[in-house]
Amino acid sequence: MNPQNKLSRRRFVQMAVLSAGGLSVFARCTKAYSDWRFFTGSEAKLMDALADQIIPPDDWPGGKESGVTNFIDKQLIGPYIRFQDTYRKGLNGIRESCKVLYQNSFESLDFDEQTHFLELMEDGKLTGDLWAGNFDRTFFKLFRDHSMQAYYGSSRHGGNKDNISYKMLKLDYPLIIGQNRYQN
Amino acid sequence: MENQKVNVVVVGAGAGGGVVAKELSTAGMSVVLFEQGGWISYDDHTDDELHSERNPVLGNSCGPDDKRYRRVNIHPDGSRHVVLPSEGDYNNISACVGSGTVTYGALAWRYMPEDFKMKTTYGDVPGSTIADWPISYDDLEPYYEKAEWEIGVAGDDRLNPFAPPRKKPRPMPPFTHNKEATLLRDAAIRLGYHPFSMPMLRNSIPYGGRPACYRMRTCIGYACPVGAKAGTHNTVIPVALNSGNCELRTHCIVSEIIVNGQGKITGVRYFDQNNKPGTQLADIVILSASAIETARLLLNSKSAFFPKGIGNENDWVGRNLQGHAYPHATGLFKEEIYDDFGPGSSVGICDFNHHNPGIIGGGYLANSFIRMPYSFAGVRPPGAKMWGKEHKIFQRENFRRMADVHGPFQEIPNFSQRIDIDPEVKDFWGIPVARLSGKTHEENVAGCTFMADKAELWLKEAGAIKIWKGSGISNGVSAGQHQAGTCRMGNDPKTSVTDKFGRIHSTPNLFVADGSLHVTNGGFNPALTIMALGFWVGGHIASEWNKGNRFK
Repeated sequence: MNPQNKLSRRRFVQMAVLSAGGLSVFARCTKAYSDWRFFTGSEAKLMDALADQIIPPDDWPGGKESGVTNFIDKQLIGPYIRFQDTYRKGLNGIRESCKVLYQNSFESLDFDEQTHFLELMEDGKLTGDLWAGNFDRTFFKLFRDHSMQAYYGSSRHGGNKDNISYKMLKLDYPLIIGQNRYQN
Repeated sequence: MENQKVNVVVVGAGAGGGVVAKELSTAGMSVVLFEQGGWISYDDHTDDELHSERNPVLGNSCGPDDKRYRRVNIHPDGSRHVVLPSEGDYNNISACVGSGTVTYGALAWRYMPEDFKMKTTYGDVPGSTIADWPISYDDLEPYYEKAEWEIGVAGDDRLNPFAPPRKKPRPMPPFTHNKEATLLRDAAIRLGYHPFSMPMLRNSIPYGGRPACYRMRTCIGYACPVGAKAGTHNTVIPVALNSGNCELRTHCIVSEIIVNGQGKITGVRYFDQNNKPGTQLADIVILSASAIETARLLLNSKSAFFPKGIGNENDWVGRNLQGHAYPHATGLFKEEIYDDFGPGSSVGICDFNHHNPGIIGGGYLANSFIRMPYSFAGVRPPGAKMWGKEHKIFQRENFRRMADVHGPFQEIPNFSQRIDIDPEVKDFWGIPVARLSGKTHEENVAGCTFMADKAELWLKEAGAIKIWKGSGISNGVSAGQHQAGTCRMGNDPKTSVTDKFGRIHSTPNLFVADGSLHVTNGGFNPALTIMALGFWVGGHIASEWNKGNRFK
């Protein structure tokens, strides 16, 4: 258990951020070796599957290929450090709920089953202590927002690989000052 | 090292403070201008939507930062939230040299004569603090003109029959419309409205040694890469610094106004760029830190002489906090209407600013700035999927077929929407933070519904095939980037905080020069009015000083 679980998240972040050297508390948070900054290997696989549900591949790449997992992983040790617990708890919740509902992992479900599960989550219909206080809805909204940021935001943060969403929207990018257009 | 005493300390280098510092330093007074942030370069964050001031999910590009700043927000249900500057509830304005004038959309409105006389125009409104300003449009007119010429505004009133009278045209011609705005302009004419190209603090031709706008995609929420957008940082503040009488101290946090043993204000305490405490003595102190932070500084400056905070004898400091609700409608068109000719917002109408049957106040309506892709991902008609295949297809099919019409509704102020000091939470420097509470007056619902209906009608006439709308009233405090009203000016010290020149009633030498002074907030973006008040307050102090008045 992480030490911050004893305090409310907000109170903790407040203390950690405002007190000098507070960030060192996070240094020993992660355990086994992982290719990722925050996620474990299996969490990252689950994130990839979630990302492809939020932004599915079609004629244009999906969330997984565009780097949604990388974006979120990167933010979780940066501006989104305050959401670390939420992701750890939420991803574990999805894993546990899928075990009970389908005797299978989320990634192993077929696409429409995955969609159905996420619709339950979005509507706050998952049951069990894991999701007390509408945490299913809260967590769904959080990773949905973060996935959209990754896919549609600036590629400098590790998502939107090759500016793929800008291409999809037929937006020239990057604009070159003075060259793309100059009127008046 | 001790700082030398100066004539004037100005707290905050934004729309008000930048102008005041220029007015006083060029009149020969010595000025120290404090700013909590630093100079901004476009290259630091470029066109990165996730750091833009409208959607700063990864942190504000122009400050304040999430590490050191906090506010508390009390929701209408009584729940208490500690909020970060990157969260909407913070009601942030950029913390940098120029402040909001670096990142604003640069709408350059003069308020209308009625906006200064809301009580005379509409009568008493139960439960509100509606009142007339102690100054009229005519009093402020010459100062609007100064702001338009010294900072630089493009626009032309000839197509707007509701424009208030003016003595001199603006220095630059108005902007041309893109495809979307042209469609809307033609539709407005068919409806009998009076569309025109809105005034902008942005160069339509080279002006003031800065180039013309080259119509890129991003503008509001971002610094300008070529300096075509005019703020105080690239106009009046450089003039102040060139006068040789003004020292700009960046990355300094003013924590308290100093009151001496005789109850006189003698300067400010602050933390410097190394977070070391310091003092700066001055004959005159001027607060231009924005409606929330100016009130916070007054309330945090408690002493035996001012036990409830300075100027707060009658509990008016921090009250009447107001911003703007944004009633809006979004329309989808059959054909592509997006031509990538930025930054977007240009066609407006003032047909509904006043004298709407059964409505108190009103506001202008206009097309909005270009929506960036992440922001557009949150825009869907009611009931549409917010993720998955359908959402992605919608994004792709409609990004270039969508128009927003919206406008700032003049809110009726009330006493309970306010900022005060949170008893627990402190910022990085140990200074108690602002706590926001209350909500907008119920009377505003009818007005915003009325405005949203008009926006819908306009889009329909322009050919939108699907339209949805909203009143834009937030469930909670309304402040945001248009925050105003917390130190309202007035003739009666019992029902206002400052006199008509921005001087705190109970002190001879402490002034306010920012949106805090607004009695009511107009149905317009407030920046040009804040600048005009800067010229008004600064001009008054300079002229008195040069007549020998030492404000003792």
